[in-house]
Parts: sequence; structure tokens; C-alpha cells
Amino acid sequence: MSYTVRKFDAVVVGAGGAGLRAAIQLSEAGLKTAVLTKVFPTRSHTVAAQGGVAASLGNSEEDNWHWHMYDTVKGSDWLGDQDAIEFMCRKAGEAVVELEHYGMPFDRVDNGKIYQRPFGGHMSNFGEKPVRRSCAAADRTGHAMLHALYQRNVKVNTEFFVEWQALDLVRDAEGDVLGVTAMDMETGEVVVFHAKATIFATGGAGRVYYSSTNAFINTGDGLGMAARAGIPLEDMEFWQFHPTGVAGAGVLITEGVRGEGGILRNADGERFMERYAPNAKDLASRDVVSRSMLTEINEGRGAGPYKDYVYLDLTHLDPQVILKRLPSIHEIGIQFAGVDCLKEYLPVVPTCHYQMGGIPTNRFGQVVVPQGEDKAVPVPGFYAAGECACASVHGANRLGTNSLLDLLVFGKSAGEMAVDYIKTNVKAHKPLNLESVEKTMARLHRLDNQKDGSNVHETRMLMQRTMQKHAGVFRFSYLLKEGAAKILEVADAVAQTGIQDKSKVFNTARIEALELDNLIEVAKATMISAEARKESRGAHVRDDAHDTPETPDGRDDANWLKHTLWHRDGNRLEYKPVQMKPLSVDTIALKKRTY
Amino acid sequence: MTTEDDRRVRIDRLKWHCRRSLLELDLVFQRFWARYGEVLGTDDETVLTRLLELEDHDLWAVVSGKQAIADPDLMRLVERLRAT
Repeated sequence: MSYTVRKFDAVVVGAGGAGLRAAIQLSEAGLKTAVLTKVFPTRSHTVAAQGGVAASLGNSEEDNWHWHMYDTVKGSDWLGDQDAIEFMCRKAGEAVVELEHYGMPFDRVDNGKIYQRPFGGHMSNFGEKPVRRSCAAADRTGHAMLHALYQRNVKVNTEFFVEWQALDLVRDAEGDVLGVTAMDMETGEVVVFHAKATIFATGGAGRVYYSSTNAFINTGDGLGMAARAGIPLEDMEFWQFHPTGVAGAGVLITEGVRGEGGILRNADGERFMERYAPNAKDLASRDVVSRSMLTEINEGRGAGPYKDYVYLDLTHLDPQVILKRLPSIHEIGIQFAGVDCLKEYLPVVPTCHYQMGGIPTNRFGQVVVPQGEDKAVPVPGFYAAGECACASVHGANRLGTNSLLDLLVFGKSAGEMAVDYIKTNVKAHKPLNLESVEKTMARLHRLDNQKDGSNVHETRMLMQRTMQKHAGVFRFSYLLKEGAAKILEVADAVAQTGIQDKSKVFNTARIEALELDNLIEVAKATMISAEARKESRGAHVRDDAHDTPETPDGRDDANWLKHTLWHRDGNRLEYKPVQMKPLSVDTIALKKRTY
Repeated sequence: MTTEDDRRVRIDRLKWHCRRSLLELDLVFQRFWARYGEVLGTDDETVLTRLLELEDHDLWAVVSGKQAIADPDLMRLVERLRAT
């Protein structure tokens, strides 16, 4: 198998919001910029973001970045880095106005200013009452954002490589990043994109779980490539789940269904929430509902052939009310569960939604790794932004509408830093390290020549079920321990996947095998990091982390106020401190997170 | 390449173009390919190619029955997608 080399000043991998925002910065600076993407840019998963972009514009009522920062630190359960959070919240207004100038059709109020709506966790006056902070374009904010950013890129001559699968990071002996290897799906041709700077914006890896709201493209490609190239992954134990996704499909069922009177039942038909939350019952908070559902399943009261889901019952409600107020739920039930919710129970399960951890970066979007005592040394030529990166602004739990803000602010920041690096430090491309490229070729050769290989679909399913059972929304210490061993067995199977179809042109079987190579790195990082973190914090909730005066809600600041770094080599873990010092204001002091 | 190879490449390309930004669409197309992948005719390929030009939110609105689509060929395909 051979390859060719193409030279660019910069290569961006991924064309969702973060990648497109970064590419604008590079192309506007006159740099020759390539953007590689598996799907057409406006079909990236950013499209699915509906809620809006958080920015304390104060258009509808008083607001300021200090309050936004406080909410974000609190939402993160104090695991977010306060310097990066201050940076993001202060930059939010600028990011929104820039987007407006690119043509983003934000909703407006009568005086022409951007309309802002309230969103969960965003409050005024340091947690006092909800505030209108989210800037949206109807329920298509992510979609409108991608269009505005893509058109701007076309204007500034960014070069797009659509339907290209990035394969591996290229590093030299000194550890500098020199680009990526990638495959053109149309031809099967392998090309080395030799670049002075490389930016990863590959999105999340939600497909690592059996039940996920993420589209099929979210396979953690950037995380897999980084891990294989010796970059650790940060805080991968933290995943946001939604209590009610359709079992076996993952499609979200809005909390409004329970608001309208929907009842959760176990396999015996029992309304189990009465036992866990006698007052709020089915309207208890997301985490309480998810935990109760998981406890039912783990104690054998789940429904279905694998006893791995519970039911959402709407059959007692007036059908006219369901069809009028919740029309999409009726359709979702028919399409994705084969169930008419007017007559039958819907099968539901807590469902993975968003990845808080990722490739470690600082607030400038530079990828940082530990070297000796210094735990955050920038990797020359390497940047990351968006869901694949961990800046870390979301810490242990993300606030809604902060994800679109994250990709705008850190996409731009990564682009700016890459421009500065190229213009001041790199006069010419460093020589390519062919040994690094050969690793890609060996991986492809192994896949094409594997004898009696494991089935890609079955192995992916095994990984997803292992993750769902052993590292789900509520974590049991014995299941985590078992899971850590099981996921390594799955990894052995992934290393021996085989494909029947060896053709070059649009070989989707090969692409899916390569995606699984990336997902398994995420699965190992998640399981091993989660097993090790012996506390509950944000989205990581364990059965053996008890609520005591010293450890409220199981959060153990004395021992676990630190970021996890998982290294692929030997599945080794190390930790680095949380940056508690903001840039210009006082530290937001630790306290119990209550709403 | 043989005619059969040509068809396989066209089908594989179409399958990849069915990878969308929304999970709902991914699931609908996954079922569609499982049922019709082996028997899809060239006319169907043409209609599907046209349908896939829709933006994802519009496509989901059509597939989920919230919106109608005037073109009878596209509507017939949408009905197959909904019924799969």
C-alpha cells in the first residue's frame, strides 16, 4: 500500500462548529488551510444542538459574565478550570456578535437586539433565579451556525476535503505534530497531510455507549488518534446522560412527557419512583430518576429479553392530550420502539448525551501533556477544540448552551494560536517522520489481511453493551471493577477485527472498522478512569461514595479535586490539579452543589 | 469494473450519504438499507439521491410526518422510509 504527501500550512480535522470556526481564523490570516471531514460540513452533529449559545448579553434583563462564570463553575461541580471558564464567559458576547456578522439569523426582540431565552442552570446574581442567557435561532441554532460558518469559510478560501477519514496523527521524534494521515473514501487513497499546525475538532464519542443520542458519525476519531500517538485523555469518566432515551435506539424522549403525567414502571408494572422519591416521584431531578432506573435494572426488575430497560407509561393519559401536546412522542414511539404509546408502554433507558472529557488543552486551545513536574506542557503544532477537547470548562457536568459557546470560543482560540505559531515559530515544514506514517500503513495492512478476524458489528455491540452496563449513568463499584477487565478483553477483539470486502472505493466496512479502533480507546479511557475515581462528582455518581459532612453527596474534595489523565500505554493513570485561580477575579470557593 | 461493481460503489456511496447529523435519520436509513439494500433499483437510487439533498431538519420533518413534500416520487420514498 502506498501513500502520497500534500503540504498545507494547517490542517483541521472535523467540520462541525469548532473546526469551521478555527479554519476561518487560519484562512483569514492567509494560510493555506485544509479541512478534512467524514461528512459534508452542514451534516456535522452540531446540527443537533437546538438550545442556543450562552452569552451574558443582558438584552432581556440584567446579566454579566461573572454570573455566567459562577454558574459554569458550579455546574462543573468545581472540576472545571476557573481560568478557562472566565476566559470563555468573558469572550461569549464577542463570539455571538462575530457569528451575527457572519450572517447567523438569531431570533430578535422588537428593538432589534438578539432574543435570549432561559436555560437550565443559568442564573442571575450567583445562583439566585433563572436568567435569559441563551441566544438561539428558533430550534435550529446549531444548523444555522454551521451554515454561517461554512459560508464564511468558502469566502476566505478554506480548502475542504469532504468524505475523508483521518487515520492517525503524525509526530516526529521530538513529539512535534506534523499533520495527519487520511483516507479518501472515494478512492481508498491514503494521503499524508503534512502541516505546520494541526487542529482536531472531531466531536464527541457518544457511540461508545449502547444507548446514545449521538449520530452514527460520533465515533471519537480525534480521541483515538491522539491516544495512539501518546497523548493522554482527560476526565473521560464524565459523561452526561439523559434519563429517557428509547431503549435500543437512543432517541430522546423529552422530560415534558413526565411533566404531562408519564409514569415510569419496572417489568412488574410497579411505579418504582414512589419508593425512591415519594414526593416528586417521576418528576424528581434527572440524576435521581436515572439512578432509580438503573437500580431497578441492576436488581433484576428491568424489562425485555436482557432485562435492561424500564417502561414509560402514558396509556392512562387522554390520547387527545398526548397527540396535541406531545405529538413527536407518539411518532418516536412508533418509529423507534414499534410501540403505540397510546396503548402500550414505551421502553426507555438512561442515554448517553455529551462527553465532558477529551484531549487535554489549555484555554488557548493548545494540546497540553504532562512532562515531569509540569502537567500542562503544550505539544508543538497541536491544537484541539469542541467536544473532542477538554479545556476544561465543563468539568464534571456541562450546562446546556455552553457547548456551542465552547466550540466558538475555543475554535477561534485554537485557530489564533495556530496562526501565531506558524507565523512566528515555523518558517518551513519540519521533515516528515516516515516511521510515524508507517504505523498507519501497518494498521491498514493488518485490517486487510486479518485471518479469521472478529466481526466489526458484533465487537462494537459488545463494547457498547459493556460500557452501558458497567459505566452507565449510575456506577456500582463491583460493576466498574468487572468492566475494567471486560473492556480490555473487548480491546483484544478490536485489535483482530476483519473485513470481507477489501475494495478501495467507498468501502464503508473498512471505515466502520477504523472507527471502532477509535471508539475502543475512548471506552478503555472511560472505564479505567471511572473505576479509579472513588467519589461522586457531577455526572460521575458511584454507589460507594457516601454523603457525609466531609463528602457532601459523595464528593471528596480532599482526595479527588483533580483531573484524570489516562495514558493508552499500559492504561496508566495520573492526575493534575484543577486550576482554581481565575484570570482576574477571586476564586469561586468550593461548596455543595445544590439547585 | 463490472456492472455489479459499479452498482456496489453507487450503493456504498449512497449508504454513506445516509450518515446524517441526527440520530433519528441514521436509524431510519439503517432500517431502510437492511430491508431494501439488495433490491434497490436505479430509479430508486435517483430518487434517494434527490431526497438526500434536503437539509437534515427538513428531511426529519418530512420523514416524521410533520411536513408533506409535493414531489410524488419523493413522497413515495418517504412513505417507504416511514413504513420500514
